[in-house]
Amino acid sequence: MSFFSGLKQRLTDGLRRSQELLSAELKTVFEPDRPIDDALFEELEEILIAADIGAALAADFKHRAKEEQMFGTVTRADQLRPLFRRFLVDTLAATTGTLDLAHQPSVLLMLGVNGAGKTTTCAKLAAQLKDDGKSVLLAAADTFRAAAIEQLQTWGARIGVDVIHQAAGSDPAAVVFDAVKAATARRVDVLIIDTAGRLHTKSNLMDELVKLKRVAERQLPGAPHESLMVLDAPTGQNGFAQAAMFHQAIGLSGLCLTKLDGTAKGGIVVRIVRELGVPIKLIGVGEKVDDLGPFDPARFIDALVPEA
Amino acid sequence: MFDALSTRLQSVFDKLGGHGRLTEDNIQAALREVRVALLEADVNFKVVRSFIERVKTKAVGQDVLTSLTPGHQVVKIVHDELVGLLGGSGHRLATAPHPPTVIMLMGLQGSGKTTTAAKLARMYAKQGQHPLLAAADIYRPAAIDQLKTLGAQLNVPVVGDASMKPLEICRKAREEAATRGLTPLILDTAGRLHIDEAMLDEVKAIKAEIKPHHVLLVVDAMTGQDAVTVAEKFNTAVGIDALVLTKMDGDARGGAALSVREVTGRPIAFVGVGEKTDALEPFHPDRLASRILGMGDVLSLVEKAQEAVDQKTAEEMVRKLRENAFTLEDFRQQLKQVRQMGPLDQVLGMIPGLGKMMKGGAAELAGEQKDLDRFDAIINSMTPAERTHPEVINGSRRQRIARGSGTSVSDVNRLLKQHAQLKKMMKQLKGMEGKLGRMKGLPGFPSLRG
Repeated sequence: MSFFSGLKQRLTDGLRRSQELLSAELKTVFEPDRPIDDALFEELEEILIAADIGAALAADFKHRAKEEQMFGTVTRADQLRPLFRRFLVDTLAATTGTLDLAHQPSVLLMLGVNGAGKTTTCAKLAAQLKDDGKSVLLAAADTFRAAAIEQLQTWGARIGVDVIHQAAGSDPAAVVFDAVKAATARRVDVLIIDTAGRLHTKSNLMDELVKLKRVAERQLPGAPHESLMVLDAPTGQNGFAQAAMFHQAIGLSGLCLTKLDGTAKGGIVVRIVRELGVPIKLIGVGEKVDDLGPFDPARFIDALVPEA
Repeated sequence: MFDALSTRLQSVFDKLGGHGRLTEDNIQAALREVRVALLEADVNFKVVRSFIERVKTKAVGQDVLTSLTPGHQVVKIVHDELVGLLGGSGHRLATAPHPPTVIMLMGLQGSGKTTTAAKLARMYAKQGQHPLLAAADIYRPAAIDQLKTLGAQLNVPVVGDASMKPLEICRKAREEAATRGLTPLILDTAGRLHIDEAMLDEVKAIKAEIKPHHVLLVVDAMTGQDAVTVAEKFNTAVGIDALVLTKMDGDARGGAALSVREVTGRPIAFVGVGEKTDALEPFHPDRLASRILGMGDVLSLVEKAQEAVDQKTAEEMVRKLRENAFTLEDFRQQLKQVRQMGPLDQVLGMIPGLGKMMKGGAAELAGEQKDLDRFDAIINSMTPAERTHPEVINGSRRQRIARGSGTSVSDVNRLLKQHAQLKKMMKQLKGMEGKLGRMKGLPGFPSLRG
């Protein structure tokens, strides 16, 4: 992805904290002389659970490792490290994807639960696409949360991107309608729609989201070209339920994993990618405009489980 | 009421055969299931480990009560232990001897601090106090606007100015609270990472100068294993007095609360259960314990029902039952009461066992919600005479009602059928009036299925 340049360092810095924590623990498990026994597997399982990867997936890996051990392909504990890396690569790299920006306009619908970082992600993405020479339009379709529109407008002014909006409390579908119309008329390259945070268990709010998608689709066949769920890294096992319900409701094209600059590792995405086949497309590592980048499975895995 | 976990434990004990007493061996297998249940609920693995040890020592040697199966017995022990760990209910924030009482909120980005600040303000205002809000988040665009908008909705004054430093805002707010006699003063701070030293220094400086009486850590109920690290760091760096658990209206099991409670030793004061400013509840450890174990939240359901059903209407209904005069108007009244309890999917989510089933049935439920709306419209399109004597509704009346309410004749038929069924059911219930008196919190729930 050409539009994210110079990101390598920041991203690596942001991910480093997750890495520091995990790699120290993994080191004691993947000690060359350590016997591969139940105690080792138990320790490994705990490390994986601590990364929010979940008990089920941890058990899966244990299975696979035990098989390899039976076949004699793994005899020393340090051989488990590349095996584990391969396990992650097989899972995460199988479904990669970049943003579909081939349309004019490409319509991106950003959605997720409350407080995941949708508005900030919209603004960061808009700024980076603009820097890359694309014309961008933002739409403030979160008409519910107090001052959500002002938040996006402030961002818009800061990064020099127009924001399509209506009054607070107005119908978000009308905002989407206006925005798609404006984006088509102005021939912009990308339209990014910020929606209200909603818990995946609220059927009325999920219906509203389905309607937003339908409105965009009716206005511009093929839109939205991306329906991205924003998920923050501290989220635990509930993240899977979120992804599953949003995916079922409108069909997700990808995930944005935010707040990776903390100590949380966002391990739940492994299960989401594996079981739902929804790829991670973007990651966020801070509050600044350039703290957003494309998801690179190799680098993500390097950060989680370094080669040595 | 012991659902998900107890079903799983049942199979464990089935394999082991009947036991009158819990032994080290049979409990070992059961505790493995308990462990998975807790991990799936996002309880930190270290907390789980020590918890399991504790439960094991407690459980071994206990007699299985005659009324329970071994599986239920284990769940009961685990449940009781969880309730104990989660601490007492209804932790109240003490009022300071010299007003204003100062409450400071802090937490990660997006955990729900600003919304919680507004909810607290509303709660105190409802109690007859005069709160003041301080918007000290100058970093997130429009965060101050957000609190000001919420304050305006609640008629609660808000101090905040993006051109001032957070500490200055808090200082100004405290002065204003003192001169205008406003209490409590609620400080909404910016979201910050627990490892961001500069930002932690800022909140430490506010704490040192303003000396809040209660420092509340706001924690998202959906947080995973990292909750322990977050709480630990905030507690060491700044110090926490109590916790607020937000976004509990979703289906997160909320195990993070147990982790945070365990590492900080601080009580959970409030629980956030919705986006609106009235959605703040006192904390009930027994309910959260049930939820962590996947057992549903029966008590909240009963309470919601009691809130929604006003006592007079209920008594009136009982009288009507006696006289066998249950009209369509009464039927509608009941539908209304069911609806007042909240969106159907949320209400049903509290019923143990249903939580799981609902995953596939969300669309179906939405359909039932629509049914209720439709029934309301149909009854609206009837004449008063038709409502009291539904037997007069013939074919042509049915067509008129369907047209008037924008529904179809089959919808009208369905409604009439359900009403007739309910009426018949109530006739049968008449014979058991004693029982009915005891459950007057939930007078004759109409069946939602046709």
